[in-house]
Amino acid sequence: MKRRSRRVGDVALSLGTGLAAVLVLLIVAVILGDVAYHGAPHMTLTFLTQAPREGMTAGGIFPAIFGTVALVVLMTLAVLPAGVATAIYLSEYANPGSRVTRLVRVAVNNLAGVPSIVFGLFGLGFFVQFVGAGIDRAFYGGQRVFGQPALVWAALTMAVLTLPVVIVATEEALAAVPRELRLASAALGASRLQTIVRVVLPQALPGILTGAILAISRGAGEVAPILFTGVAYFLPKLPGSLHDQFMQLGYHVYVLSTQSPDVDATRPILYATVLVLLLLTFALNATAVVVRSHMRRRFAGAAS
Amino acid sequence: MAVGLAAPTQASSPSAGSQPVEASGPSNHRRADRPRLASRRPRFHALAEAAIRVLAFSSITAIILIFVFIGKEAWPLLHDSAIWKEVTLAKMWFAQQWPGYDAAEHVWQPVSEIPKYAAWPLVVGTLKVTLVAMLVAVPLGVGAALFVSQYAGRRLREIVKPTVELLAGVPSVVLGFFALMVMATWLQQALGLDSRLNALVAGVALSFAIIPVIFTVSEEAFGAVPRSYVEASTALGAARWQTIVRVVVPAAGPGVAAGIALGLGRAVGETMIVLMASGNAAILSASPADSVRTVSATIAAELAEVVFGGAHYTVLFFLGVLLFAFTLATNLLGEFAIGRMRRRLGGVA
Repeated sequence: MKRRSRRVGDVALSLGTGLAAVLVLLIVAVILGDVAYHGAPHMTLTFLTQAPREGMTAGGIFPAIFGTVALVVLMTLAVLPAGVATAIYLSEYANPGSRVTRLVRVAVNNLAGVPSIVFGLFGLGFFVQFVGAGIDRAFYGGQRVFGQPALVWAALTMAVLTLPVVIVATEEALAAVPRELRLASAALGASRLQTIVRVVLPQALPGILTGAILAISRGAGEVAPILFTGVAYFLPKLPGSLHDQFMQLGYHVYVLSTQSPDVDATRPILYATVLVLLLLTFALNATAVVVRSHMRRRFAGAAS
Repeated sequence: MAVGLAAPTQASSPSAGSQPVEASGPSNHRRADRPRLASRRPRFHALAEAAIRVLAFSSITAIILIFVFIGKEAWPLLHDSAIWKEVTLAKMWFAQQWPGYDAAEHVWQPVSEIPKYAAWPLVVGTLKVTLVAMLVAVPLGVGAALFVSQYAGRRLREIVKPTVELLAGVPSVVLGFFALMVMATWLQQALGLDSRLNALVAGVALSFAIIPVIFTVSEEAFGAVPRSYVEASTALGAARWQTIVRVVVPAAGPGVAAGIALGLGRAVGETMIVLMASGNAAILSASPADSVRTVSATIAAELAEVVFGGAHYTVLFFLGVLLFAFTLATNLLGEFAIGRMRRRLGGVA
């Protein structure tokens, strides 16, 4: 009797939690299956290389792809130095127990939790209205050039949003570099900075790359932060300078699914756009996973 | 300068009551062995190190700037009498008697002849969607995490964990798209709802975004329970499920709570999913089958079309301050819970 109640409890708990796991798998399978099934037929080369036509019921999504790439490239240029420097400071310079270090860590963790729409408000209030308008007053005699939503402000807003991603990944990479390497470098007379630049950073490079890729994947998928800071509904031209507006894949998905004049005509294009966006983010994430596991294996070998 | 800052003179005072446990142990150790600076250094080294120090404060600076600049745009609501002609804090939070209405009501209608800015329909809408999302995400996230950490074999684990990571990588606009184009129709047909887009659809879609958060943090928490706990329980004759329910879950409790808190913060702040799937009608009701408009979706939908510096603009930034403050609170709560669990388990392991 006792034995049976033991077994019943185990069966119930494993079935219950197992069902939860199966449901999660099912959710992912249904979403990806639906997008792949409906999106794949329309994803052609012309679709990827043409501009939208006829009120976005025909043509392709090239300007949105271009805008997304421009956005994440600029974002990466901004976020990498700040993120890597923070990680270097935390891992190589700071006293781990000190109040300053704890404060930086709390800030990083909280920054990661700030809602993306709040970043959008911040980008508008700070970059566009404050920095941009300030630049216009100083260099353009008050004429509106930078004091409006633009590619550069969207990229900087996205850089602030992805800062925690880069910091966490880089710190992990720096922590994985064996202490012996630092000691050996110091024993040869290298200064701390020389050790960091010549020994630690090259070893940690794959990890830093992982962080950058994850940041790019995040930046490519977020829409809320760029709503007010530079993205445009439709543009006849590609952005040519930092203060131009741009189109973006995620926002294009939003526009197509909520503001289409003809839902049925838009549907194939919409599905194909979603598929492109998903493939892009998954490819980036998969690359990050491969790079990271490669790195772990290397250090596991070095340490033993 | 650099040497002075790095020297181990700033002995950190151990935080209240906590023992220096394994969390800070290895890094302290690493510090002590850190190579000393060579005496001869080119001058640009100091410059580079100064740059590292300055850039290291970028996160703190960002948090402060976010607070200051969102607060700055919301501030006129509290002190500008020109804004007060249209909206005040009291008008946002207390029911108002509007011309054409029978009784005092909470109405969010910022673009009309008489703009009305009642915050409750948005706050209640946010709470409804969040509640639905948590009711779906907590059992699924925690349950799947428990399964993976306690019952699943290696093979199964290597299917579930990457799949959840895959879900975490799906952009929220894609989940919003799926809810809008596919799930809304399914749910409407299955349940016979009046409005296609409602709090239920948005909440379920939102749960897909927070399941990975809750799963990941919970799974880590279950994994962090020392084996000695499980072995001791088994040695006392407890069945597997008894060990799990009475020992593993309580020990990992704070970690799971942290995951739920982080998920909650994410759910309240998430924008694109609710913007696309909630129907965006600011109706004050308790039914999850009604269309709703959340705080975040309101900001996203309306800010692009308002006059800079006007009453509407100010109110939207004020809503942003509320969101920011709420997520900050849930994050700190989650962090506190994780720290507590580390201390508790760290003392034993």
